[in-house]
Amino acid sequence: MELSVNHLLGIKYITKNDLKLIFETADHFKEVINRPIKKVPSLRDITIANLFFENSTRTRLSFELAEKRLSADVVNFSASSSSVKKGETLIDTVNNILSMKVDMVVMRHPDPGACVFLSKHVAASIINAGDGAHEHPTQALLDSYSIREKFGSVEGKKVVLVGDILHSRVALSNIFALKLQGAKVKICGPKSLMPKHIESLGVEIETNLRKALEWCDIANMLRVQHERMDASYFPSTREYVQQFGLNKKILDSLDREITIMHPGPINRGVEITSDVADSEHSLILEQVQNGVAIRMAVLYLLAEKIQQPA
Amino acid sequence: MKQKVLLDAKEIDIILHRLACQLIENHDDFSQTVLIGIQPRGVFLADRILKVLKEDYKIKDIKKGNLDITFYRDDFRRGEPLKANTTHINFIVEDKNVVFIDDVLFTGRSIRSALTAIQSFGRPKKVELLTLIDRRFSRHLPIQPDYNGRKVDAINEEKVKVSWKENDGKDVVYLVNE
Repeated sequence: MELSVNHLLGIKYITKNDLKLIFETADHFKEVINRPIKKVPSLRDITIANLFFENSTRTRLSFELAEKRLSADVVNFSASSSSVKKGETLIDTVNNILSMKVDMVVMRHPDPGACVFLSKHVAASIINAGDGAHEHPTQALLDSYSIREKFGSVEGKKVVLVGDILHSRVALSNIFALKLQGAKVKICGPKSLMPKHIESLGVEIETNLRKALEWCDIANMLRVQHERMDASYFPSTREYVQQFGLNKKILDSLDREITIMHPGPINRGVEITSDVADSEHSLILEQVQNGVAIRMAVLYLLAEKIQQPA
Repeated sequence: MKQKVLLDAKEIDIILHRLACQLIENHDDFSQTVLIGIQPRGVFLADRILKVLKEDYKIKDIKKGNLDITFYRDDFRRGEPLKANTTHINFIVEDKNVVFIDDVLFTGRSIRSALTAIQSFGRPKKVELLTLIDRRFSRHLPIQPDYNGRKVDAINEEKVKVSWKENDGKDVVYLVNE
């Protein structure tokens, strides 16, 4: 078994079998990262560049940890301290890095499609760590993996994505991943934050949070992405919290328990209150731990496609 | 495809008892010893040896684990994709005598990988190797078994296939010529 792709640009580009292979491989790596010595030598002859043209804490740390646990050599780059500021193009920047013999590139970029563009123009395996409001495939993989771990399977589960769907790459990747595995998906949030034609992806829109919660098994709470907003999408944060904020009161009033997820970073008191985020029904910290195992699996399986010259 | 029977069920049973007795000779009550089956095929042999030690020789507490060596192999990215298996070792091997158990010893490369892999679980006092079939004259590395069922001289095109009752229907070892 091997992946059907040479790059991980988005969930849109991979198959159900790829998901299965990634999850099974992640199971093995999850065991590895719980050993006294959490490192395997598989990628010792692979060099990986982490190119972050946009801020990140969790994803960047998680990738770096995954790379180091696989014994890869790692170089880090962030746009704020680079020649990008001096006017260098993306292809030039990456080709300069690749001429130093780099095999794989993990990239986060503010522009949607940046990774797809790069994969067509440079000779390295590209992993998308988030490109604008397009996709964030490893986040969707770790979300599905966490659901699979808790429920045994993603198929048939009812998942609601709540919040800023319009600006969320996590939402789009999650919709692709969940639909691919046969889950039922609803999105919930202010009408102004629902993308046009999103129903064509096979999801339903629900504008009432209570109704959405009554329907679902799992609620994935997304952050309101103020930094991507070019206009006012809702009157005030206070009003958003009243209509779409998840709190203990609304959860307690449901007739059953639902599982809560959040991709981070959390705005406590906005999309989710602290008591819910830290409750036993929250998978938030499992998601972070699973992130390392999932990224190890993705890196390992893509590295496998780079054959050693005979 | 031609295949010849190297060992039948009765011969395998005798060998399992001999190997178990040899282990007892060196490891006494197994309080300082752990058995490690090498994934995938070594696990069946390890389970059998464990069963003989427990049932026929009444040794109670023996620690046994399964070790997968996929992520430690030296042929990653050199041909066919590798399929990983489960590692299950719920004890620390620090200062213990470790006995690796594998069905066929061929080039020695798997055991080389296992020697690296086991260090993730501590620093063993000593590592030994038990195999059912030793394909001598085909080693790529200086690795030899401490306990061995049967030595076999097979040419490179030939394969040794070990079948187990619980997995393949019956206990038998074939020499297969393709």
